[in-house]
Amino acid sequence: MSKKSFRQAINEALRQEMRRDPRVIIMGEDVAGGRGGTSGVQDAWGGVLGVTKGLLTEFGEDRVLDTPISEASYIGAAAGAAATGLRPVAELMFVDFVGCCLDQIMNQAAKFRYMFGGKARTPLVIRAMYGAGFNAAAQHSQALYPLFTHIPGLKVVVPSSPYEAKGLLIQAIRDDDPVIFLENKVMYDEEEDVPDDPYTIPFGEANLTREGNDVTIVAFGRMVGFANQAADRLEKEGISCTVIDPRTTSPLDSGTILDCVADTGRLVIVDESSPRCNLATDVAALVAEEAFDALKAPIRRVVPPHTPVPFATILENLYLPSVEKIEAAVRSVAAYRVKEEV
Amino acid sequence: MSETITPITMPKFGLAMTEGKLASWSTPVGATVKAGDEIADIETSKITNGYESPAAGVLRRQVAPEGEMLPVGALIGILADADVPDSDIDAFISRFNESFISDDSGSAGNDEPTRKVTEVENLKISVQESGSQHDGIPLLLIHGFGGDLTNWMMTQPALTETRRVIAFDLPGHGESSKDVGDGSPVSFATTVAALAEVLDLQRVHVAGHSLGGAIALELAKTHPDLVASLTLIAPAGLGQDISMTFINGFIEADRRKTLEPVLQQLVHDKSLITRQMIESIIRYKRLDGVIPALKTIAETNFHDGRQAFPLRSVLETYSGPVQVLWGEQDEILSVAGSEDLPDAVTVIRYPDTGHMPQLEKSPDVNKAIKNFLDSGNS
Repeated sequence: MSKKSFRQAINEALRQEMRRDPRVIIMGEDVAGGRGGTSGVQDAWGGVLGVTKGLLTEFGEDRVLDTPISEASYIGAAAGAAATGLRPVAELMFVDFVGCCLDQIMNQAAKFRYMFGGKARTPLVIRAMYGAGFNAAAQHSQALYPLFTHIPGLKVVVPSSPYEAKGLLIQAIRDDDPVIFLENKVMYDEEEDVPDDPYTIPFGEANLTREGNDVTIVAFGRMVGFANQAADRLEKEGISCTVIDPRTTSPLDSGTILDCVADTGRLVIVDESSPRCNLATDVAALVAEEAFDALKAPIRRVVPPHTPVPFATILENLYLPSVEKIEAAVRSVAAYRVKEEV
Repeated sequence: MSETITPITMPKFGLAMTEGKLASWSTPVGATVKAGDEIADIETSKITNGYESPAAGVLRRQVAPEGEMLPVGALIGILADADVPDSDIDAFISRFNESFISDDSGSAGNDEPTRKVTEVENLKISVQESGSQHDGIPLLLIHGFGGDLTNWMMTQPALTETRRVIAFDLPGHGESSKDVGDGSPVSFATTVAALAEVLDLQRVHVAGHSLGGAIALELAKTHPDLVASLTLIAPAGLGQDISMTFINGFIEADRRKTLEPVLQQLVHDKSLITRQMIESIIRYKRLDGVIPALKTIAETNFHDGRQAFPLRSVLETYSGPVQVLWGEQDEILSVAGSEDLPDAVTVIRYPDTGHMPQLEKSPDVNKAIKNFLDSGNS
């Protein structure tokens, strides 16, 4: 056990699975770096943020494939490789680039099992960076997990910490269905204790990072840390919160969410993706439908405005949910009283 | 003047502790205490435990209010004689707090345990040693089924004051390799003997808990020259019963909600099972190879819901000193296992205590081990 960053946790998960299973390969733009030029440099970058650094050196060019800048071709190739027996981990770099290869994901990989009567397996993982707060502007900052969650046949993982990232990525690689694995680009340097040995965290099993009696907070990815901070501050004010990290948006652990809302009667959902048809609306609908009688206050969503992610730092910070915004939402539902009918 | 003032500081329970919460004071301000009297309950992320006064005196101040979270080493109270003026105490507190620097690295003393991974017969064995500066026969701690070396978090630091103490993770557990062979006490004892050889231990006192007790007995049987004495804490091997609700529940439960009632069977005071403790066991069980390892051990040792390896006869043949410590409310292995033992065996039973006296009654257990090892037997 040692402290590892989010980046190291993901690198270690890839490395251990590649050692364990020769069918695991990685492919993507710049996953090794240095290819195609005349310098002769190999493994220079390990991806734009250094996540795959060192894998080319250990596993060689047959298993670490630096691809041309053509998402449609290499995501399609990865889907085909998965259908024919390999276990590719393809890196889309920024999730915002999914538009270039959506057919390969949505209409091909996600549909194979169904269209072939359950006889096809597609053990494909697509890793990508998501999220605002990196000053990467509107075309490189979106949190597009709702888009994938919308498509039956995909599993969607949004890890909230280095420990979670390693266990969930190993699970994703061993899974026989296409998995979209989304990494918040602001979190790569966050550190915590991560076991050195391989381990798996099952999909569809939410994690309660705080347990309290007054308000349930459901948060995704990077927002889990924000929700924990808000819960710790609110505890001192006498408001105790349960914080739920669903870990995967598809499958979604609706049972845990409903159980917790049944206990607290109050719900705040924190989602950094665009507010229309996102996970916050999805969870709000679930609870309104299945746990209406338990609710003691309206459901509150802490979400960004329905705009592109701004580039200006001040605006970008305003755009994102924050610990303060979560606290305010929790206070408002905790203080809410149903008006007596006259 | 300040010699008569003793600061009481946040203790460090185990290697991982960096901060603790003063859960409650058990001694009121103005009360006279002896060294060793319990003065407060300290809650860490892993466990809540009584804190014993380091010296005699009057508890003059409770500097930390109940419920406050403080780093290890922070001032929580003041002991002094009744005639020390309040102004001296105030001055002492402000001096202490001015100079106090929280040390998260835990490098406070040379008794700090060091943790490393050792290669033993092609297995990685994770070992935590402390007190290596002490001569004399070291103490080797063997944990039980599903445990790891942190089961000794209250034991190892206390006994390290006068002795080299070695705790380790058995194969299949903690950070050691997950290959357990056939999972029998014989196979574990072979690994322990090999570990002793790697660590160059010619003679060790052995304390074993639960399944670790059976392993200790097996070790005493096969390597009597290695084992200087035996401390058996709620050991397997002396009775036949075993709670299969616990064993099966431990293997099967994979969520906090289902694991919590299983782990609560380990202790009499159910509040000792903290969120953090449950989480660390869930994390352990997620490691590759752990569930097959636990199933192998359970199948080999507790086939048909009974203990498969009777080791009582070892107590007739082993010539070294033996003591048996057991909680009277043990729900995993009945305290009846401590009955009808040979006269030479010292038996201590703890009231209101479950299967883990080394956590639940740690001051008593530490004293029992210390006295046992110091009483001419070492």
